[in-house]
Amino acid sequence: MYSANFKYYSPRTVAEAVKLLQEHGEEARILAGGMSLIPMMKMRLVSVNHLIDIGKIDSMKGMAENGSDIVIGGATTHHAIETSPLIQKEVPLMSEVASWIGDPQVRNKGTIGGSLIHADPSGDWGACIIALKGKIMVSNGEKERAIDSDDFFVDMYETSIKAGEILTRVSVPAKSGKGHGFSYMNMERKAGDFATVGVATQLELDDKGNCSSAGIGLTAVGRTPMRASEAEEFLLGKKVGIDGINEAAKLAVKSTDPTDDPLRGSAEFKKAMCEVYTRRSLRTAFERAGGAI
Amino acid sequence: MVYEETFEDGAGLEDLVEVQFTLNGRKRKVSVEPRELLATVLRDRLGMTGTHIGCDTTNCGSCTVIQDGQSVKSCTVFAIQADGSDIITVEGIGNVTELHPIQEAFQEKHGLQCGFCTAGMIMQSYWFLKENPDPSESEIRWGISGNICRCTGYQNIVDAVRLAADKMKTKGGS
Repeated sequence: MYSANFKYYSPRTVAEAVKLLQEHGEEARILAGGMSLIPMMKMRLVSVNHLIDIGKIDSMKGMAENGSDIVIGGATTHHAIETSPLIQKEVPLMSEVASWIGDPQVRNKGTIGGSLIHADPSGDWGACIIALKGKIMVSNGEKERAIDSDDFFVDMYETSIKAGEILTRVSVPAKSGKGHGFSYMNMERKAGDFATVGVATQLELDDKGNCSSAGIGLTAVGRTPMRASEAEEFLLGKKVGIDGINEAAKLAVKSTDPTDDPLRGSAEFKKAMCEVYTRRSLRTAFERAGGAI
Repeated sequence: MVYEETFEDGAGLEDLVEVQFTLNGRKRKVSVEPRELLATVLRDRLGMTGTHIGCDTTNCGSCTVIQDGQSVKSCTVFAIQADGSDIITVEGIGNVTELHPIQEAFQEKHGLQCGFCTAGMIMQSYWFLKENPDPSESEIRWGISGNICRCTGYQNIVDAVRLAADKMKTKGGS
């Protein structure tokens, strides 16, 4: 199965990539890992005349500390994130989320930036970045701007990036250590499938065991990855506990707007599973934060 | 092996670009259209038909090869992306007289039925056992979760990967 033909470019810097993108406008697409774009091109769901491969831009790969934040290059693979000692130590939620994406070969090739910009509502990174209250950095070649995770996803396969910009980095606050708990739970029909429902949770408990920070991101229960705002607000300042978790899981469903999916279940089923998986995810995060059920 | 062909939308030989990579230790240079896939270039242009194309949609893993140390599904990589890479296919890890320990293990445990998925299973195991040289059964199942055996002969495949781990521990093996 072949895509239509295209011209191929392999820039070595972000500036070069942006220049090519701006030169060719809507006829151009950025190729990162290609785990979504190449199948779409092969099935001729998208037509691309100019393919700009950012796979050889070294500055877009890797992870580093930046003050209290962790910054991840847009072309960093899921596998690199999953196995990074820095990520496992500073933002273990990301490592857990990465382990759920696709299958091993897809994780070896696919990238966090590519996944985010593709904005598939069942992509796993969106919920994670929302739960962490992270930022997505985009560049037009002259300056980089940060887009808040709440403002990034606009609709299915649509983000707030502008024409001529590319996603360069993802920045998340370090969240680990005493009092921190996290969890990503993903319901899938079979290994490697897109999520039926996914829930990313980040909790912080203060010295008294009260919830001082809560982040809950939801996968595949609406047109975009979304924040379970009511559930987060409910948890803040509370002792949490099993009743709190059950209540928060009910509230999380209120944020969702799933549609019937012929493969992965009806809207009603997804809502029901969203409650179950939010409950499980919150419970794991709560226990990892040192909370006693 | 070079074939001349014009595809339905008229892209012809004038659009060829040159790609160089190391394939199983040998430097290879090949002219391809940008849209040609690594899997088809390996098979049709370079005659390395050990790499199979099963689903052609990133699901089945039959086309798994090693690119720069990482296992990838070569039906979902444009050959041109592999320019400058180091590629290893099933032809590169052992031969008929000297099988790789993973190949030996698949033979001994009968880790195949029809054999179509085998090259992909072996190449994924090759990568996975480097990542995790002493895996549990469930780790093996997770490690080959991107490879499908439509004969459903997973039990023996998992046994073979476990045996391969033992063989590689005692023998070394690359």
